[in-house]
Amino acid sequence: MLLANKHKLEPSKKRSETQWHQAVQRLLKNKLAVISIGFLVFILLFSFVGPFLSPYNSNDVEVALIKNPPSLAHILGTDDYGRDVLLRLMLAGRISLTIGITSMILSLILGTILGAVSGYYGGVIDNIIMRIADILMSIPGLPLLIIVGALLSELKVSSDYRLYIVMLMLSLVGWPGLARLIRGQVLSLREQTFMKAADVLGLSDRRKIFNHLIPNTFPLLIVVATLSTASGILSESTLSFLGLGVIPPTPSWGNMINAANNLIDFQKRAWLWIPPGMAIFITVVAINLLGDALRDALDPKMKGR
Amino acid sequence: MKKYILRRFIHMIPTLIGVSVIIFYLFALMPGDYIDSNRQITAQRAHDLRVLYGLDKPIIMRYFIWVKNAMEGNFGFSLKYLESVTKLINQYIWNSFIIAIVTLALTWSIALVIGVYTATKQHSLFDRLVTLGVFASLSFPSFFLGLLMIKFFGVDLKILPLGGMIDTGSTSTGLSYVLEVIRHMILPVGILTFLSIGSLTRYFRSGMIDALKLDFIRTARAKGLKERTIVFKHALKNAILPAITLLAFELPGLFSGAIITEQIFNWPGIGRLQLEALSFRDYPVLMTFTMLLSFLTIMGNFFADVLYAVADPRIRLK
Repeated sequence: MLLANKHKLEPSKKRSETQWHQAVQRLLKNKLAVISIGFLVFILLFSFVGPFLSPYNSNDVEVALIKNPPSLAHILGTDDYGRDVLLRLMLAGRISLTIGITSMILSLILGTILGAVSGYYGGVIDNIIMRIADILMSIPGLPLLIIVGALLSELKVSSDYRLYIVMLMLSLVGWPGLARLIRGQVLSLREQTFMKAADVLGLSDRRKIFNHLIPNTFPLLIVVATLSTASGILSESTLSFLGLGVIPPTPSWGNMINAANNLIDFQKRAWLWIPPGMAIFITVVAINLLGDALRDALDPKMKGR
Repeated sequence: MKKYILRRFIHMIPTLIGVSVIIFYLFALMPGDYIDSNRQITAQRAHDLRVLYGLDKPIIMRYFIWVKNAMEGNFGFSLKYLESVTKLINQYIWNSFIIAIVTLALTWSIALVIGVYTATKQHSLFDRLVTLGVFASLSFPSFFLGLLMIKFFGVDLKILPLGGMIDTGSTSTGLSYVLEVIRHMILPVGILTFLSIGSLTRYFRSGMIDALKLDFIRTARAKGLKERTIVFKHALKNAILPAITLLAFELPGLFSGAIITEQIFNWPGIGRLQLEALSFRDYPVLMTFTMLLSFLTIMGNFFADVLYAVADPRIRLK
């Protein structure tokens, strides 16, 4: 009886809270998910707090220390300017993670709004938005990114600004797929009773889209956001490796691996390029595992697929 | 069905036009061209060359001239290789194709076997290992994996070549030539297979798990059919039918060349040509190739939709 009363008082809020609560519980029961969250926290601390603990300075150029192998003082050795590789790895992590997360947020905003608008209004608006998405999706991603990257190089954009542009590039490539996904969700949500109720109440379109349709896509959005962060980090590293993404002196995990282009460094000085590669790999695996666990937790029907 | 195909075909046209406009404008935006990259040329000569290649006209004019030429099968002239673009692409694309087709065959057969097996043995140790492998496959940056493998097999163990398609200065012919090429293909094909196998294995596994839960499988079990017949005859058919449409999406991949892997392994394919063309500002090559890929992607989508409609008649009504 008491329980029923409570439900009467605040039915909608209570229910959604328990839903999220249950999802978190399910997530924490998943060992792999907990391990990957642990890894991600470690990587975030490593990149954003780590540099403050390093005794070295990122711009210390030391001729005597050029390309020294790992030692007690420099655990991962030093690079071609005599800089500490461990410190560079942390600083590069900042850039790579920031780009991955920011480009995810940008494409998420673009994709969600355009997808929801497209699915909600249908008709001409839907046709225009989806046609643009079709066109962008028909141009293969990597060649497109390479061309835009080359365009940036021709325009001589400075190293400091390039990372912002790389973020924009990645989200430009990322939003169409997302918009399609959200549109599909909105199309089916639109037919449900709660949207009929919203119609009857005479809510404004904006309120219907932002307060009722988009929040209902959150479970899907969270999973997609996680996975698109992973692919953002991968794309950034690939572009930077080719010298078309973030360029030195700004470090990124991708452009650190560039050291492997020098044959002797590649064969004899593995400390220059293996650590950043492993950093990318571990980060992306952890994010992908987390995304998968999130999907299981938010939609238990999908479990074990 | 005919009506559906026709409708879907007409649907492709605006996309195709949109893609060509975007790609053309993107290249027109590029400051500098092949003529600029030659510093010794006089201003007068540079101007003459621009007039000769039609680079002095406004962009819209150039777009229509380009479309008209493309319709006639003339995609321009590579200024770096001094050859027609079609000939140049034709020369490199088959080197990429051979890697792609072997990779495709390997990926699909291995993924199918592992996917079906793990679906029947869910939560076994092997299943768990495969799941981890799938995540590794999804998360490795291709260039880093390539470098690691070259370092391990080529530099440290010295059992596989570092790159290229044949040994330097090799003059072998006939069978020994074929063997030599195969030896050079092992690493790139292995890496590409590993990288693409993850998602496909997952797809087959979940498709199979779904299929095994269907009512007619229960009926088959109730009838007392052998488990093997149930899995391979009844469930498998249902699980792989939707996968057939995925094959259509692989179409562009067969010709696109693996840009990164070819670059790292020094494989003389279309992907490497692309990066080379980029560094020499040889835009006709780059543009034609990007257009070709987009065209293949659009065609792939078209085939996938048609195949899907063949497999599932409900689609045609929408």
